[in-house]
Amino acid sequence: MKRLLVLVALLVGFLGTPVLADGLGPVIPKATGEAHPEGNLFMRINHMNLMKHDRDETVLKGDREISHSLKACIDCHVVNGDDGEPVSVKSEKHFCVVCHEFAAVKVDCFQCHNSKPQITTEALLKPELADANDIATYLKEAEE
Amino acid sequence: MNLPALKFSKKPGEMSRRDLLKSGGALATVTLAPGVTLMAFGGEATAAADPGKRWGLLIDVNKCDKGCTECVTACSKENGWKDTGHPETDAQWIRKVDLKDMATGREISAPVMCQHCEDAPCIDVCPTSASFKRPDGIVLVDKHACIGCRYCMMACPYKARSFIHEDLEDQKAHAPRGKGTVESCTLCVHRVDAGGTPACVEACNTTGHGAMMFGDLNDPESEIAKALASYPSVALRDDLRLNPGVRYSNL
Repeated sequence: MKRLLVLVALLVGFLGTPVLADGLGPVIPKATGEAHPEGNLFMRINHMNLMKHDRDETVLKGDREISHSLKACIDCHVVNGDDGEPVSVKSEKHFCVVCHEFAAVKVDCFQCHNSKPQITTEALLKPELADANDIATYLKEAEE
Repeated sequence: MNLPALKFSKKPGEMSRRDLLKSGGALATVTLAPGVTLMAFGGEATAAADPGKRWGLLIDVNKCDKGCTECVTACSKENGWKDTGHPETDAQWIRKVDLKDMATGREISAPVMCQHCEDAPCIDVCPTSASFKRPDGIVLVDKHACIGCRYCMMACPYKARSFIHEDLEDQKAHAPRGKGTVESCTLCVHRVDAGGTPACVEACNTTGHGAMMFGDLNDPESEIAKALASYPSVALRDDLRLNPGVRYSNL
């Protein structure tokens, strides 16, 4: 129990502060969407379990209305490079890379998944995006 | 010619009473007593793959043009697979097969892809359960579980599966694929879940050939079920009794 408490204290120490001025911790890029209702600390500790649970819901059962999809992470936590385009996981600016480099935890997700946001067929198939103007608006929103 | 009997029904016990209640809008409202109704199943049914459905394709070989490869192109574009210059090992989600009857000289052409079998051999041989069938009959590879042993490629009588040998980048967000895993036609599951049709079917209709039909085999009112009930059709390698979801007419 004591070890657990120390671990939690360490985690809070490391992850609780978004930006450490002294350069000891990772500088976490700001997301583009709304904040997680569960709170950042909860997401930092549990994101892998939430994603793993929901990925099985989608892949095995076909449930697309999940709350923690990797695609949603990628779309919201987008970081643009110097050229204004979203950076891939190869860049050290990438949202996932920033923390995972610091924590020395390897991410396998991007061997198969795209690490950059993109327009998907599902988005284009949505009835509200049926005409070209709406698609243009969507593209613009996706850029911002 | 001895035409095989169709059997689209699921195995006994495969669809539970709860599944039946969950499926479709028809049973969403249950009458408990005159004037008393229970409406509790609607929300859940739309979110996940519907066990009451069985998605399938009907390919009319007479309408398929020998020189046309639009379905293959559309699949490649939709799912992001492309030739890497290694024809022996390149991705084969869908391919055109040309046949000639040597006795009569009749030449035909048809697309062949994963046949989404009810009793899929790929699922039988998979040591990690990565090969699986969704409740709505679509056979997929869970690449999170796939170890790349390629038993399923050996087991598949349609040679529908392929293995990724190269490192990949910039995959489609809706079709993740990576080195060391096996892949095959997903029946454009991302489109189907969004209420659409597979890219190959859409492309075939766009060309005006209209040789491919997509729909729910379990729904007697669907276009595909009506066509199957009205005209003769065959399953490829029907001798294996795999009951594929893809059927061919005029073959």
